[in-house]
Amino acid sequence: MVEIATDTDEAVRGIADGSTVLIGGFGRAGLPFALIEAVRRSGARDLTVVNNNAGNGTTGLAALLASGQVRKVICSFPRQKDSFVFDELYRAGKVELEVVPQGNLAERIRAAGAGIGAFYTPTAVGTPLAEGKEVRTIDGRDYLLEYPIRGDVALVRAHAADPMGNLVYRKTGRNFGPIMAGAAKLTVVEVTEVVPLGGLDPETVVTPGIFVDRVVATTPHPQEEDA
Amino acid sequence: MIEHTDQGPLDRDGMARLVARDIPTGSFVNLGIGQPTRVADFLAPEQQVVLHTENGMLGMGPEAHGDAIDPDLINAGKIPVTELPGASYFHHADSFAMMRGGHLDVCVLGAFQVAANGDLANWHTGAPDAIPAVGGAMDLATGAKDVFVMMTLFAKDGSAKLVKECSYPLTGLGCVSRVYTEQAIFHLTADGVVVAETFGTTLEELAQRLDVPLAGAPQ
Repeated sequence: MVEIATDTDEAVRGIADGSTVLIGGFGRAGLPFALIEAVRRSGARDLTVVNNNAGNGTTGLAALLASGQVRKVICSFPRQKDSFVFDELYRAGKVELEVVPQGNLAERIRAAGAGIGAFYTPTAVGTPLAEGKEVRTIDGRDYLLEYPIRGDVALVRAHAADPMGNLVYRKTGRNFGPIMAGAAKLTVVEVTEVVPLGGLDPETVVTPGIFVDRVVATTPHPQEEDA
Repeated sequence: MIEHTDQGPLDRDGMARLVARDIPTGSFVNLGIGQPTRVADFLAPEQQVVLHTENGMLGMGPEAHGDAIDPDLINAGKIPVTELPGASYFHHADSFAMMRGGHLDVCVLGAFQVAANGDLANWHTGAPDAIPAVGGAMDLATGAKDVFVMMTLFAKDGSAKLVKECSYPLTGLGCVSRVYTEQAIFHLTADGVVVAETFGTTLEELAQRLDVPLAGAPQ
């Protein structure tokens, strides 16, 4: 059953040191700021974080990096004009980096949730990011073998949830949310609003509640403070 | 081939205008971050082009300003944008399935180098202290049916960017079909590099400055 948590600290309880944490969001859109902040407060360390980016400014994922709780980042695009927190840690050798093409990143996460053992993808064939990966020729085209990325925890921001954990998102804030929700042992979702049972049209549900474990209502977009 | 010796070299808007002109009517198109974004300004409504942004939207509208800015509605460059009637949202795995699955007609990308065989280098300079960041570049290069590159023909140090073989780390193999530069439009074909139009220069001059064999497009 889905648990509706009373606050974000309760929502993220029990995250062990060394966990792999899938964090939704693309830039700031769909980033679960309140949950990331709660993980920072929890003190969980030695984390592997999976996100499209490696933090912007000084809040959200950047704050979690700055507090030294992240051992490794798996992402597609760490380098941005405001990724100075990550940049400094990386250059000092204090955080590991695995760069994955964005579509391979998404498909590896989706595969984890879908029970796929591995898959062949054409993306990155012949590039430095293919090094060490198996190549197979299928119907005359080369593909790379890629493995799923599973999370111990997924932190997702959605727009609204019902008591069953069904989720709807807002605009491009959806991004990695639906695929990450399925790919972790524990999926925690922050939403703007928890609506009563029957309050979501079943035809419009994007993430069915079967993929969701805990939901907490938070205020959206605290990120604007340093945007 | 058309040699426009009375106009050119083109400025960035001039290049963007030509890319927009050459996008087939009704195409689904992804415009890369940076210069390619300018192409949107020159697409005519009657072209009925639908813009894709890889963070999960089709039917992307122009940049948002003032009250229209919504933190949940951004493009791949993380710039606030708007939605057009008929827009749709989807998650990342679907967004990249659109590329990889061959549904996206055209993507327009910038480049450090393009090789005569269509190899593309646009994600990494190879500098040892650079932090590698690839984003969706490899997926777009590999997945879109046509990859158009917009770039200057020569780097700041004067070296040509249309080359026999890329020296920078590759983004994709044999994926580029056209290269739009300030001096010429090149079509990369199975038979070699074909010059479609020149601006402020001639095929003969270009042939002297580039290390790849060039042919003029048939009239």
